[in-house]
Amino acid sequence: MQFFGGSEISPSPPAPTASGNNAHMMYVFNRNGVCLLYREWNRPLHTLNAQQDHKLMFGLLFSLKSLTAKMDPTNAERGNLGVPQLPGQGCSFHSFRTNTYKLSFMESPSGIKIILVTHPRTGDLRESLKYIYNLYVDYVAKNPLYTPGTPIRCELFNTNLDQYVRSIA
Amino acid sequence: MAPVAPRSGDAIFASVERVNAELFTLTYGAIVRQLLTDLEEVEEVNKQLDQMGYNIGIRLIDEFLAKSNVARCVDFKETAEVIAKVGFKMFLGVTASVSNWDADGTCCSIVLEDNPLVDFVELPDTCQGLYYCNVLSGVIRGALEMVSMKTEVTWVRDMLRGDDAFELQVKLLKQVPEEYPYKDDE
Repeated sequence: MQFFGGSEISPSPPAPTASGNNAHMMYVFNRNGVCLLYREWNRPLHTLNAQQDHKLMFGLLFSLKSLTAKMDPTNAERGNLGVPQLPGQGCSFHSFRTNTYKLSFMESPSGIKIILVTHPRTGDLRESLKYIYNLYVDYVAKNPLYTPGTPIRCELFNTNLDQYVRSIA
Repeated sequence: MAPVAPRSGDAIFASVERVNAELFTLTYGAIVRQLLTDLEEVEEVNKQLDQMGYNIGIRLIDEFLAKSNVARCVDFKETAEVIAKVGFKMFLGVTASVSNWDADGTCCSIVLEDNPLVDFVELPDTCQGLYYCNVLSGVIRGALEMVSMKTEVTWVRDMLRGDDAFELQVKLLKQVPEEYPYKDDE
């Protein structure tokens, strides 16, 4: 697991795979836990229905963030485990890796969470997630027909997202 | 990877797409004019402008965060400085200053010497109660609400009413902690 400010485990560029597309799926949540977007590129196994799956993912991030902040050895000021935090307060994790996948996570101070699940050998995706956040701003936040807080139904965003994700992972 | 340093307001302002300042000023003027015709009451127009600003603010915050690389502010003092130095510069091309802090650091004034919204504007006698730039207070309120700060934004000084500057008072009401949004039994 990598933490903010910590040393990189794998600074080497992502290893390309034969298929050329090793991104599995992506989630975008807002501050209220609403899943704004779920994109799936390569996910052979579904064990839960979509709604439970989103809730589980959000819950995982929420708890992990609280746990990482609690474990932070550099900060003397912190509450007990589970005490509500202000968004962005304390340290947070930005990715974790298992033997079969890597999950990269970004949260903006406004509470937009972007989660990208890729091949375990993918490199640092923090800049990429930031870029996706910029795509979100350009194609979703600035879209007058989009109502904030509702699921994103925006073709232009999806097209650009697909294209970009194909190029990074 | 070293964290990316926050960008200055000038740098962002130079890099984003801009519209002609006069077109912007006149468009805003046309909106206010139309609201006055439609709503008739000056008070209603103030409210409507504030609501429009709020709706802008809750979207604008993401653009602000994405383009400025500003991380979470440590306290409200830093927040106010960032709004004045980076926010105003980035979106309006002017710099504001922050002053009049109260003792507990929850209330301050943002002072604008220069305000591109009011070029060519004079308030007629019938509109003396109008806060012509009320959209700005709404934007700040909406944007701060999205970063968990409930605020109250009011005009203290207004050049259109004969004061020497524009002064917005921003009062922090409370900070909302992040909570787990689902109930256990759902």
